[in-house]
Amino acid sequence: MSEQIIVKERDEVIVRFSGDSGDGMQLAGNIFSTVSATVGNDICTFPDYPADIRAPQGSLTGVSGFQVHIGSGKVYTPGDLCDVLVAMNAAALKTQYRYAKPDAAIIIDTDSFGSADLKKAAFVTEDPLAEMNIDADRVIACPITQMVKDCLADSGMEPKAVLKCRNMFALGLVCWLFDRDLEVAFNYLREKFAKKPAVAEANIKVIQAGYDYGHNTHSSATNVYRVETKHKVPGRYMDITGNKATAYGFIAAAERAGLKLYLGSYPITPATDVLHELSKHKSLGVTTVQCEDEIAGCASAVGAAFAGALAVTSTSGPGICLKSEAMNLAVIMELPLVVLDVQRGGPATGLPTKSEQTDLLQVLFGRNGESPMPVLAATSPTDCFNAAYMACKIALEHMTPVVLLTDAFVANGSGAFRLPNLAEYAPINPPYVPEELKGTWTPYQRQEENGVRYWAVPGREGFQHILGGLEKDNKTGAISTDPENHDLMTRLRQQKIDAIPVPDLVVEGDAEDADLLIVGFGGTYGHLHAAMDEMRSAGKKVALAHFKYINPLPKNTAEVLRKYPKVVVAEQNAGQLAAWLRMKVDGFVPCQYNEVKGQPFVSSQLINAFTKLMEE
Amino acid sequence: METKYTAQDYKKGQPRWCPGCGDHFFLAALHKAMAEIGVAPHNIAVISGIGCSSRLPHYMNTYGMNTIHGRAAAIATGCKVANPELSVWQVSGDGDGLAIGGNHFIHANRRNINLNMILLNNRIYGLTKGQYSPTSPRGFVSKSSPYGTVEDPFRPAELCFGARGHFFARAVATDAPGTVEILKAAHAHKGASVCEILQNCVIFNDGTHDSVYNKEGRAKNAIYLRHGEPMVFGANNEYGLMQEGFGLKVVKLGENGITIDDILVHDAHCEDNTLQLKLALMEGPDFPIALGVIRDVEAPTYDEAVEAQIAEVKGKKAYHTFEELLLTNDIWEVK
Repeated sequence: MSEQIIVKERDEVIVRFSGDSGDGMQLAGNIFSTVSATVGNDICTFPDYPADIRAPQGSLTGVSGFQVHIGSGKVYTPGDLCDVLVAMNAAALKTQYRYAKPDAAIIIDTDSFGSADLKKAAFVTEDPLAEMNIDADRVIACPITQMVKDCLADSGMEPKAVLKCRNMFALGLVCWLFDRDLEVAFNYLREKFAKKPAVAEANIKVIQAGYDYGHNTHSSATNVYRVETKHKVPGRYMDITGNKATAYGFIAAAERAGLKLYLGSYPITPATDVLHELSKHKSLGVTTVQCEDEIAGCASAVGAAFAGALAVTSTSGPGICLKSEAMNLAVIMELPLVVLDVQRGGPATGLPTKSEQTDLLQVLFGRNGESPMPVLAATSPTDCFNAAYMACKIALEHMTPVVLLTDAFVANGSGAFRLPNLAEYAPINPPYVPEELKGTWTPYQRQEENGVRYWAVPGREGFQHILGGLEKDNKTGAISTDPENHDLMTRLRQQKIDAIPVPDLVVEGDAEDADLLIVGFGGTYGHLHAAMDEMRSAGKKVALAHFKYINPLPKNTAEVLRKYPKVVVAEQNAGQLAAWLRMKVDGFVPCQYNEVKGQPFVSSQLINAFTKLMEE
Repeated sequence: METKYTAQDYKKGQPRWCPGCGDHFFLAALHKAMAEIGVAPHNIAVISGIGCSSRLPHYMNTYGMNTIHGRAAAIATGCKVANPELSVWQVSGDGDGLAIGGNHFIHANRRNINLNMILLNNRIYGLTKGQYSPTSPRGFVSKSSPYGTVEDPFRPAELCFGARGHFFARAVATDAPGTVEILKAAHAHKGASVCEILQNCVIFNDGTHDSVYNKEGRAKNAIYLRHGEPMVFGANNEYGLMQEGFGLKVVKLGENGITIDDILVHDAHCEDNTLQLKLALMEGPDFPIALGVIRDVEAPTYDEAVEAQIAEVKGKKAYHTFEELLLTNDIWEVK
């Protein structure tokens, strides 16, 4: 046994907590990321949870994972493979080991590796490590359950409650591995369990015990890691998930626009957390209606928009199909509406808890008639805030429904969020009809500069009008089936969307002389960026152009796409962005990298594929 | 009641329904009722779905939307919750309201959102030219049921009551005073107020409500229910309703010693809807069709409860701006 702890400095470290869905892996992961963020590390997290509500304890389908990536510099993804894998039972080791690096440290609770546990996890021998070819030297085998029981023997807690603290023991052990300050974790727990101080103290006792166990037995682990902070943007930070950041973006936009925020929604994974988050904030006047179905969620939001609110509806998966009818109503009525689609695996119910980018063409085209609609895609958990804010700004200022795409990966993942200063955000000015137009105004009278119609909110005397799903006469606003008028209205609706100003596409990396341009959109930004960084470190000339604004496309899109000898569009679908770009940019024929696995990209696989492309 | 508005103030355009269509009669009654109610046209939103009757908002000098098929109740819900100051009227036909929109109909009732929900029931799809609707009787022959339907219809009152509705009234479109009366009662009622309007489709379902469509028919075949008054009907109020076992029976006053004191007195405010449902489901030839306000019970409304909860939480929570919200999180500082 060595007397001295070797502290090894690392630029970044990835930890994956795994166990039964009831084992509290997410809480352990969250505390660890908060503790790390507090010392200034950049963080990125990703939960990987099963679709089953509660699979049988110890079963393979019931395993849930939570991955945390901490880094001294900028961290773009939750990471591919982990440096430390915590497996709270045999099933977790069985299913999660494939996410571990070959030299990863593995922490297991030996008390959950009994014969019955091994059988449930489909091990055929009594030696799971040998069966999986895991070098025992890398394993910190620890009787976690027993030690937690001993630790809380005098607490007077129910046996069930005691077992719920196992996650904290693992957390303590991980904190020791990374030399983390436990005080932050203690404060976190004291706040979380403010109403149950006994629970907080029990958890704290167990974390300390896990930490001490690590310290006392350090010979069994390879090293203690330390991730120092190199460069950081000064400011105040919080840890935020994509869904929470989206909700915050809506709240911020409503406040900036001076409007009531209305959310009409129906619970659906993985969008539901947005409904949960917004439902909490009634003290900000946020109104949430949990509707009878997805259709009513969107339809009621259209009603709220008509009544003068900032109207939002949120959904995932099949929900977006059900909303398309009312979205189209908002198109023809030219009312502001934000439709949040947190993409998940499809078709139909598909992979409810997994991530894809497979709704892009659906939201661009999936409605009857000519139905143009702006589409934005958030690029990271923290970017969800900006994307949501901008979606609201576009909807309100251009009187149109807007689709905001996120995905399960971005929505459930988290990152360190620098607190925004609202005053620095562009103001939101809806085109309210000027009072002097009273008497002459008609509903489809447009502003010359951008083709946007005026908004007359009910309650204003002299501006009564009827909107509807039937085509209207451009001049009078009355129902019209006139062929020329319909043709004109179709064009005007399209021109209005085309005229929305969006920022230019930014090229990162070797913008001037890249041999390969990587193109992506939305939630894959982190992985594509990480792949580019690593390829450039290896001496390759690579650039990245990542789309956040998809309709309308940035003005310089064609220019950028045509500038490089080779372009690869990488996306988590069968080629939807590539199809859209080919439609919009004459003669553009990119290479494609497509994956539809429901899992985030793996940077190393991207690098292999892109490198191969460059060699072709 | 005198208000500063006349029916003219709520009128717009020239209706384009078929001559003789029940919608014309209803529209005129609605204009009149709104003038008597006296809410300013710019504080009213009339929201319909799709169908012949759903054209109605185009003939109103109010705010309004003629939306998409079946969604009027859902759209009206968002409108009312977002802007509770508005007087919101939702207008649907039997197909719009009870078939494609059936789910929204029951949930608007269950939530008890303060909407005036008009159900124009002609038991047919008119705009698509004559298919049976969810209120067409079993065996009904139409273009889509040439050999007769093999399904039972909804009875709107049953659906409303089943969804815990607190207000249900019925009128015949051609009966202007009866229609105006229930519309005013619907407006006065706080919560979801369902008004079933029996009306004729002269083209595809002519005569569907013949037994009560004119004054003489109503005298014989209908009963006007008024809260607190005995349930009598007939040309000379010679008939009445009494309870018999679990049911109702029609009796003749003066026969078998029955006097007005034996007759049931209408209680629209009774929380228990058992007898109200029985009244609403009466049909000929053995019973009169019930008209007027059948159920009108006070209950908390959704929109007011939403507002009240927001006010309550505002008082309890210490954060009221986005900036204050941010500070409720675990924050760390990087210098």
